[in-house]
Amino acid sequence: MTGLKSSDQGAMAELYDRYSSVVYAVALRVLGDTGAAEDVLQEVFLQLWRKPSAFDAARGSLASWLAVITRNRAIDFLRKRRPETDIEDVVLSVAPDLAGEAELARAAEKVRGVMGSMVPAQRSVLEMAYWEGMSHSEIADKTGEPLGTIKTRIRAGLIVLRKAFQT
Amino acid sequence: MNGEMSEHERYAEDLALYALDALQGEDRARVDEHLAACAACRRELEQLRGDTALLALSTTGPRPPQRARQRLLDAVAREPRRPSLVETPTRHSWWGWLGWAATAAVVIFAASLWRENSALKDTLASASSQAAKSTREMEELRRIAAPILEPEAQRVTLVAAKTPPQPQGKVFYLRNRNSLVLLANNLAPLPAQKAYELWLIPTSGAPIPAGVFKPDAHGSASVVNPPLPSGAEAKAFAITVENEAGATTPTMPIVMMGAGE
Repeated sequence: MTGLKSSDQGAMAELYDRYSSVVYAVALRVLGDTGAAEDVLQEVFLQLWRKPSAFDAARGSLASWLAVITRNRAIDFLRKRRPETDIEDVVLSVAPDLAGEAELARAAEKVRGVMGSMVPAQRSVLEMAYWEGMSHSEIADKTGEPLGTIKTRIRAGLIVLRKAFQT
Repeated sequence: MNGEMSEHERYAEDLALYALDALQGEDRARVDEHLAACAACRRELEQLRGDTALLALSTTGPRPPQRARQRLLDAVAREPRRPSLVETPTRHSWWGWLGWAATAAVVIFAASLWRENSALKDTLASASSQAAKSTREMEELRRIAAPILEPEAQRVTLVAAKTPPQPQGKVFYLRNRNSLVLLANNLAPLPAQKAYELWLIPTSGAPIPAGVFKPDAHGSASVVNPPLPSGAEAKAFAITVENEAGATTPTMPIVMMGAGE
């Protein structure tokens, strides 16, 4: 990132080689279309090039930050809406060390395990909200559950994930 | 305390939706307003975003197609560079033909004065006399530099009689100010998609990239104040030919090299 902060195109190529798989996988999971996923991949890395200072290395790994930015951009793309949040305002704090490929792979495995152990109603609400970008009211309409229950399940699902990495 | 807890509780679920970028309109504005005043909720939002990152990272899939990498690097190359980094020869094509030492000294000194001046302006109340002094000195330098920097100035490089023009490069490096100027001329034209790259060879450790540049039609080029690590001690400088995006390690052969004079 030091290289990128000084506009080094070589550093950009290195970052792309390291993180493009994560970015593309997230975009493709949301969009289900390789062309659209490639467009989001392009946009995310260009934004990083334009505003490298938007990423705060003190708050977590670049992989985590890129994953969040990518998911949000992909949902904007899916729902054909203008981005609501500037990347500079996306600050996140991640407990596990996700700097290397091995750590990322271990964390991914663990998250899949935690998701698999959730009650199906909670898992599906979280997945609809996260991967389909559905609003809580849309989910409530679809599932026939009260709005408050959907909100509670979304938050509780995220906290379950967090706690799995705190023990 | 109870009041504070219930206030946070009230926002807890909305914060999760906010972290998912799922709050719009008035709901979002209301949470924004609360976040501006509540550090605890800002921390919780950061944590919730971190939780969503875990969810995102749990997905795997195929690698992006090969063409995507080149598409990105081409797009990056088309992006305007930020000021005061590597200058392109099209903007300052006259530099290569100017008096090396005079130009470089003026540029380096003016750049450092500008920095000092900017900093001083920030604390003008306490340092107004120094700021005024710096400004006067910079005006004086501008006056001195004016005849050198005029685009219509006649530019002549003198070499020993009957010597064909050779590629030449001069580096002026002020380690304590992190300032560097490279002026080069008579450079050979480059193949498409290639550029020259300057390297600072430190007294220990790997060569440090010190700017990517392309010569103009006359073979002249310059690099002014490239990004460099603080205080790197230079044993020598070298120039290689790299892909125009630049490289992080030099590709042999070295086309020009020089140690301190």
